Amino acid sequence: MIAADVNVAQNVGFYIIAAIMVYAALRVVTTRNVVHAALWLVTVLGGVAAQYVLAAAEFVAVSQVMVYIGAVMVLFLFGIMLTRATIGAEGDLNNRNWAMGIPVAVALIGVMSWVIIDEYGSSTIAEPETAMPTEAISDIYLREGLVPFLALSFVLLAAAIGAIVLARKD
Amino acid sequence: MSALLAVEIPYWGQSLLRVLGGIVAVLLPAGTIVYLFLFKMMSFMQSRLGPMEAGPFGSMQLFAEVGKWLQKEDIVPAEADARIYKLAPVIVLLSTFLLVVVVPFGPDAYFVDFSAGVFYALAIGSVSVIGILVAGWSSANKYSLLGGLRAAGQLIAYELPMVLAVVGVVIQAGSMNLQDIVVAQNSGSIFGWDGVGFPFVLTQFVGFLVFMIAVQAELTQVPFDMPIAESELVSGYMTEYSGFRFLIFFIGEFATAGVFAFIASVLFLGGWGVPFSWFGWEGLDDVDNWMNIGGPLIMFTKMLVLTGIIMWVRFSYPRFREDQLQRFAWKVLIPISLANIALTAIVKVAV
Repeated sequence: MIAADVNVAQNVGFYIIAAIMVYAALRVVTTRNVVHAALWLVTVLGGVAAQYVLAAAEFVAVSQVMVYIGAVMVLFLFGIMLTRATIGAEGDLNNRNWAMGIPVAVALIGVMSWVIIDEYGSSTIAEPETAMPTEAISDIYLREGLVPFLALSFVLLAAAIGAIVLARKD
Repeated sequence: MSALLAVEIPYWGQSLLRVLGGIVAVLLPAGTIVYLFLFKMMSFMQSRLGPMEAGPFGSMQLFAEVGKWLQKEDIVPAEADARIYKLAPVIVLLSTFLLVVVVPFGPDAYFVDFSAGVFYALAIGSVSVIGILVAGWSSANKYSLLGGLRAAGQLIAYELPMVLAVVGVVIQAGSMNLQDIVVAQNSGSIFGWDGVGFPFVLTQFVGFLVFMIAVQAELTQVPFDMPIAESELVSGYMTEYSGFRFLIFFIGEFATAGVFAFIASVLFLGGWGVPFSWFGWEGLDDVDNWMNIGGPLIMFTKMLVLTGIIMWVRFSYPRFREDQLQRFAWKVLIPISLANIALTAIVKVAV
């Protein structure tokens, strides 16, 4: 592989964003304040969206921002602030089994790396002419992917109704 | 004029122009809205003159105000989470700058030609919620926290009707690209008559109404100003802020009003375009270069009309109660916009 084959600017961008994401991910689990952890998580999720943009997947990037930053994290912060809005370091954030997380994380990264390397090896995906148009995505998931798409929406609907039933006692 | 604009601008020049253009597109509407509506229109509606001393008719008042705010001390409460407290207003203003990126101001006068532009605008609009929430939390103040929570609840509730109202336009235009939506409106015709193009406000009037109400709520303007209700919460999530951080919140509020008005005028009122039939343009590629100057002016005029309506409502109505506000979003606006989507889809398939 010679230097001209590598799309340099995008690679540099990838590693800078990746480094920020790794640091932010470590801070999520090491910080002493729940709200800080949630904000570091926002940084990680925003980094994922930026990586999608670098991979020319605009629609997925925007979905990432809308779902994770706009909805999930706002809900997280909302919940944290309604229940425990402590400012400053909190002592009781770690429980006794926190070390168990390390082998799980290492195993997870091992399995994921193995699967990706095993599947793709050193083969590269041809660079698309333009970013994938939104129409093409909708064509795929409303034709071939229609049944799984509908099934997924029913799962989400069931989850939403289930949450209401569990939460409402009257 | 068009020969002047036909010069090839190098990439760095384009980038510089876009950065400057973005700053102008955010700050100029904010300043105009504050002077024209907040200072002058509100004063006239309340039978007073408003600022008259700084400059002719008080037109330099804004600069005096900005100068005053910049001189004030930047106070951080002793118990506050200082870093996040300082970061929060920046997040809010940043989301405004990110929002203006997709708005097209002319055939070539756009920042990014984004295929999922509408979707992007709605997604980025929700980022400011995080800024407001952490502003309320980090102030270490009950009023601020309550204001932040109210703001989050309100913005989440009104984001949904906003998204649903836009879906009608997207179905009709057949695209989520804001530039395509502008072209679709200006190259269309009403039963063969193409004198005014085909602004979507004609067929999507319900969507337009729902969108403007949702914008009013997203901007936390009266009657939806529960988060900063001054008679209950001092000033909500902004209570502890002073000096230039308050100024950033203030600019953010009115700049976002301007940007949302830009987006509304693109979606419903034809955006930067004039009906293409007036000058015999066939499509986007035919549009003359002078539209890169004329387009932003047209957009600015439409933005002033829409923000004028927003401010007019703001000065005319009393505040909703918290439960009324939530009920209005979930039980009135969302069903109406769902019905609008269903109707639009049926007509789109049938015609």
